[in-house]
Amino acid sequence: MEDIKLIDDEGKRKDGRAPDDLRDIRIKAGVLQNADGSAYIEWGKNKIMVGVYGPREVFPKHLQRPDRAIVQVNYSMSAFSVDQRKKPGQGRRENEISKIISEALEKIIISNQFPRTSIDVFIEVLEASAGTRCAGLTAASVALADAGIPIIDLVPSCAAGKIDGQIVLDLDKIEDNIGEADLPVGYVPKTGEVVLLQMDGHFTPEEFEKAFGMAKEACLHIHKLQREALIARYPLEAGDENDGENADGNVDDNRGASQ
Amino acid sequence: MKEIIPELKIEHIKRLAAGGNRADGRSLGQFREMSIERDVIGTAEGSARVKLGKTDILVGVKIELGAPYPNHPDEGMLKTTLELRQIAHHSFDPGQMKNRAIELSRVVDRGVRESRMIDMKKLCIEPGKKVWMVYLDIQVLDYDGNLFDAATIGSIATLTGARVPASAFGLGEDFPLPLSEMPISTTFVKIDGHIMLDPTATEEAVADARLTVTMDSQGNLRAMQKGLSGAFYYEEITTAIENSIKTGNSIREIIRSG
Repeated sequence: MEDIKLIDDEGKRKDGRAPDDLRDIRIKAGVLQNADGSAYIEWGKNKIMVGVYGPREVFPKHLQRPDRAIVQVNYSMSAFSVDQRKKPGQGRRENEISKIISEALEKIIISNQFPRTSIDVFIEVLEASAGTRCAGLTAASVALADAGIPIIDLVPSCAAGKIDGQIVLDLDKIEDNIGEADLPVGYVPKTGEVVLLQMDGHFTPEEFEKAFGMAKEACLHIHKLQREALIARYPLEAGDENDGENADGNVDDNRGASQ
Repeated sequence: MKEIIPELKIEHIKRLAAGGNRADGRSLGQFREMSIERDVIGTAEGSARVKLGKTDILVGVKIELGAPYPNHPDEGMLKTTLELRQIAHHSFDPGQMKNRAIELSRVVDRGVRESRMIDMKKLCIEPGKKVWMVYLDIQVLDYDGNLFDAATIGSIATLTGARVPASAFGLGEDFPLPLSEMPISTTFVKIDGHIMLDPTATEEAVADARLTVTMDSQGNLRAMQKGLSGAFYYEEITTAIENSIKTGNSIREIIRSG
């Protein structure tokens, strides 16, 4: 493993990216018929479909909360989504990812509007190539918006990591396998809150700072892609040229009122 | 959650059927528009996305090395799994869907297996020790009825485009799966005595009985499955078989040209 160089002498990574380059990301909102909201994301070779149902009745019933909706995320991988076939069914890794994404989404959903209900988010990884939790969370908030569920902001998510001793953005499969550290971040641009954070490997505090800054910058870019996907699905009407962003980058809450 | 269909809708479907019509404008014996897209998943050795009306499924095949069954030491293996995941319909509940998914995957498997579509002997590397295992996995993304046919069609399209990844295991060059037949299933439901091909979700929920007929390209029967608590008369079954020959041939054309 040691002899594989992930960054060449010109500073380029194996797939030709610079250290702070993202892989190509394409998001499409409203791709399923039955789900109340849906989104499909291609992120590098990752292909992920997200469907949202709800607010709807809670199953099992004892989970319901009198003051708000609960958010139930199910992240799952198709058997053919990885090189060696994955046995169908939920493993420990999928359960953990479901939990942290669910907690991230709970923070942005205005859940007290729908007491005693459940908002169910199904994240289906159809092809996996490192970074599926970030891509899944990114698509999930687009699907929530497509479902018309009130949220305070979209959550973009992206990882930064360390390969060959260097901090880089958005690890691909080989970098993830033999890299030294990985830091997936879910960031709410409107509030500056971090709603998903994990890390494994080895960072000095300075390296962490750099990696986090890189991931955050990427999140701001991905946030634009999320908004574009929703605008493509629900085109702005005439006289609505203002794309809803103030000079400070915040989403303008008074869009509807100002017309 | 049980899907609830309003009485009005049920009456509507029955009234239309009496006049030979259906809610989506089709005739009773007509298949829906279908599209097939191949090689959509890079990690799979073959894959296909099939849209049959609003039903949307994704099939992927993984081909790996394994040990053969002791009673078939010189044959490769086929394993078919279908998952009815909750993303596909609001009524899909993991606990309750299990038997339905098992029946679906077994009917698809039977069609592929009984038609001898795959030459299993050619998938043997070392008798009794090493063979190619073909894992066919079917995932439903959007459900609007007739998963039997969508899953079979998706599986056939996947297998016809699949390659055995021999080079990854140091076993020579990759090669296409050794195939001969092309089985196709067609599924009918009976509503108030009327037989309909390729039912939608609403038609399935209203149906008294269901019949799946899988035939090969020579017009021979390879698998059948009757479902639901209603029943068929012999003449209804033979009429279904006649329709299946005709419909199967046009589906085969779509798969070949896709």
